[in-house]
Amino acid sequence: MRKIAGLTAVALITLSGLAGTVFSEELITLRGGSVISEETNAPAMPKVENTDQRRVRNYPEQPPTIPHHIRGYEVSKNANKCLSCHARTRTGESQAPMVSVTHFMDRENQVLATVSPRRYFCTQCHVIQLDSKPLVENTFMDVEDIFKNGKAKQ
Amino acid sequence: MKLTRRDYIKANAVAVAAGVAGIQGEANASNLVTDSDETNLKWSKAACRFCGTGCSVMVGTKEGKVVATHGDVKAEVNRGLNCVKGYFLSKIMYGKDRLTTPLLRMTDGKYDKNGEFTPVSWDMALDTMAEKFKAAIKKNGPTSIGMFGSGQWTVWEGYAASKLMKAGFGSNNIDPNARHCMASAVGGFMRTFGIDEPMGCYDDIEATDAFVLWGSNMAEMHPILWTRLTDRRLSAPDTKVAVLSTYQHRCFDLADIPMIFSPQTDLAILNFIANYIIQNDKVNKDFVSKHVNFRRGNDDIGYGLRPEHPLQKKAKNADKAGGSKPMSFDEYKAFVSDYTVEMASELSGVPENRLIELAELYADPKRKVVSFWTMGFNQHTRGVWANNLIYNIHLLVGKISTPGNSPFSLTGQPSACGTAREVGTFSHRLPADLVVKNPKHRAIAEKIWKIPSGVIPPKPGYHAVQHNRMLKDGKINAYWVQCNNNVQAAPNMNEETLPGYRNPEAFIVVSDPYPTVTAGAADLILPTAMWVEKEGAYGNAERRTQFWQQLVDAPDGAKSDLWQLVEFSKRFTTDEVWSKEVLDANPEFKGKTLYEVLYKNGNVDKFPLSETNKDYANDEANHFGFYLQKGLFEEYATFGRGHAHDLAPFDVYHKERGLRWPVVDGKETKWRFREGSDPYVKKGTGFEFYGKPDGRAVIFALPYEPAAESPDEEYDMWLSTGRVLEHWHSGSMTQRVPELYKAFPDAVVFMHPTDAKKRNLRRGQEVKVISRRGEIISRVETRGRNKPPVGLIFVPWFDASQLINKVTLDATDPISKQTDYKKCAVKVVATGRV
Repeated sequence: MRKIAGLTAVALITLSGLAGTVFSEELITLRGGSVISEETNAPAMPKVENTDQRRVRNYPEQPPTIPHHIRGYEVSKNANKCLSCHARTRTGESQAPMVSVTHFMDRENQVLATVSPRRYFCTQCHVIQLDSKPLVENTFMDVEDIFKNGKAKQ
Repeated sequence: MKLTRRDYIKANAVAVAAGVAGIQGEANASNLVTDSDETNLKWSKAACRFCGTGCSVMVGTKEGKVVATHGDVKAEVNRGLNCVKGYFLSKIMYGKDRLTTPLLRMTDGKYDKNGEFTPVSWDMALDTMAEKFKAAIKKNGPTSIGMFGSGQWTVWEGYAASKLMKAGFGSNNIDPNARHCMASAVGGFMRTFGIDEPMGCYDDIEATDAFVLWGSNMAEMHPILWTRLTDRRLSAPDTKVAVLSTYQHRCFDLADIPMIFSPQTDLAILNFIANYIIQNDKVNKDFVSKHVNFRRGNDDIGYGLRPEHPLQKKAKNADKAGGSKPMSFDEYKAFVSDYTVEMASELSGVPENRLIELAELYADPKRKVVSFWTMGFNQHTRGVWANNLIYNIHLLVGKISTPGNSPFSLTGQPSACGTAREVGTFSHRLPADLVVKNPKHRAIAEKIWKIPSGVIPPKPGYHAVQHNRMLKDGKINAYWVQCNNNVQAAPNMNEETLPGYRNPEAFIVVSDPYPTVTAGAADLILPTAMWVEKEGAYGNAERRTQFWQQLVDAPDGAKSDLWQLVEFSKRFTTDEVWSKEVLDANPEFKGKTLYEVLYKNGNVDKFPLSETNKDYANDEANHFGFYLQKGLFEEYATFGRGHAHDLAPFDVYHKERGLRWPVVDGKETKWRFREGSDPYVKKGTGFEFYGKPDGRAVIFALPYEPAAESPDEEYDMWLSTGRVLEHWHSGSMTQRVPELYKAFPDAVVFMHPTDAKKRNLRRGQEVKVISRRGEIISRVETRGRNKPPVGLIFVPWFDASQLINKVTLDATDPISKQTDYKKCAVKVVATGRV
């Protein structure tokens, strides 16, 4: 199949309004230009971003991603390694962010004495980030940018 | 360089100040905007786009964009929680490569199977498509067209599609990807109870004191149900959790009774538990004598492969897989007596004491028990059997239909129940559990649909795996795929799917928001609106139907599946698709378009635009000039009302956080089949399994039989495939969310360290996973979240550049026709590169 040199599939799609622009099977963005029948080399195993630097959230209720590695952290019915730093009573010593107040609430939004067991398995919401570069850009707009843009237009 | 907090404050001397937007201070000043016109978000409810749990989410919009999502505190299902995918729903529609124009393969301005994808207008796209469908029907009849849909279609999209195929084109060749996911569960329900879907509900979780997970990794695949289960286990410490799987996964972190069994031997463990209950005199004799029949199912039923495959030829009952004969309790007792603890332990590799502990959870009359299962049971060449066998156990002890006693089949997709199953988008089904081969059922459908008798064909159409085989064999010549990514999902891609899609005798249309693998294999791609870009409804695993409004507009050029289906129907007249006999007998239909017959039929166009909610857009209603979604839903609901599938009036669902059917006199039903809880159970019966004519559920005698393909000397390992928490199915949405992508960017081969060492492999090394059908290139992971035993690897299927379905086997359950994605034989070898 004919490849269109020098352009990624993403770029092609955004040009799709132009008359005469054509694509072949390489338009499958997540295959990075390889045709379906072809096997490509596997990308090198990425590393965990382990900077301890907090990342800006997309919106306030987004669970923060984990800015450090969690290899070997036990979270089981017997122990929860994450809480050894992030539990309310441990944050003075650890200087880690305290699990948010929502985590103390039961299904009826009543605050319990400790973290609710429904929030016990941290990795259901909080995930590490590997140093892979996303295959496709996301155009989600931060709400603050939306109203800044609105102002600029006025 | 790291900045300390003090450095940061010093460098940003002009601190955040309250004020109105637009006051420009120092370049690095930041004002807190407080004007409510600016800061108010519009919040609306919606059902989550991903799994069958059916969480309700609140979606915040601003200026036509989704800007935030979070768990809905008012929803009983999730009470304010989401999993990581749910929290990032706000970004799934904003991948930069959204498709906005139809793309047709062309050479020199004309359609060419081997041409390049070229932007065309919607008119040209739909006209070309209609031409191809008409040509196929004219040449080879209505069985030469096909449609592959989804348990991710909204309720009315699935309904409109099924109606277009069955009532319009007179073809039963429509099947959903739910065939890959829930068909064995449906088969189990129909065989044991005569009616589909769970009797219990999620309230069972808080009411029980034991959970048994059979081939279900809820911690990753149903995370919010897992939070409820965890809540119960940890807050009521006497609760027990038993986890059975062919490899260790995250659910084992909570397991009191962890069990790794050898693939396929779950059948023997299930029969052992039944035997244990009988041998220890724990049968609930009163319940069994009043509410249960016993039957012996046919054995040696084959593996759902092509008929010429040696395994099919060898099977005694390949053509009567679903058959069974009555038997007595004593005969059943004798049948299961072979399944001793010694036998089950030896076959499965699970220690005897664990098996007894497990059996006691069911046998102990003082303990309530919930069994959960998903793809471990359903994606199984004996999937219907596995479903039947777990019901056997619950029925023997009468632990069913009461709070906390619940055999609970969990659903994979958000509307596998609501759309695929309830609407009946399978090749053999009609709405509300009706089937095409029953003449009375066809007559009911033809009456509600106001179409002549004889339009719906009596013969079931091709099922999912058969679609690809028939595309390859040139039997399906025009084919439409909506709302799924089947080239990445369907098994044995190299030998069946891809040759099928690229067969010059087939014209393939794929509707999708993004250029997926399936889109790349198509001839025509239709850019499609998704999720809250349209009004929608999903039905979750506990029979809960949930609605949402159109909250934002789709990108210019993209149209919803529903718009596409109804617009397409305008391009056909009855004369082009119905038989001469039908038209001669019903001349008033001659010359009418399918649009007029199916959608302008007095039912679907009954509700005016004035009934739509003025606070929200509705692109489909405005385009067609009537409240299309409401008309489709109300017509559909007439199938089930009064027949134990009652749905509430349309408008009610826009107010409620969903309701569990049957909804009778405005009240939902939490537990079916029990007097006092289910309005369909007759007074004085206690329990009534009214799906069966005599009100009795069936216990089936079914044996252990081996898998279709097991490891041998050359292909020396089991391969199991599945999902991961961070990605939904083939990743076409979640791989476009940077945070989810970076959490789990590439598929890996989860492998036991001993197996790696034996092959001189280290963690991170590049390897090939090879089967008799194909291979992928991946990397070894020996210490990830999944810990397989020696002799088994696990590879997730979300990664479009590591298509593990090139490797998997297209063996299916002969009864349900569902693929076994959990078992085939492979070898793992180094590529020689680093």
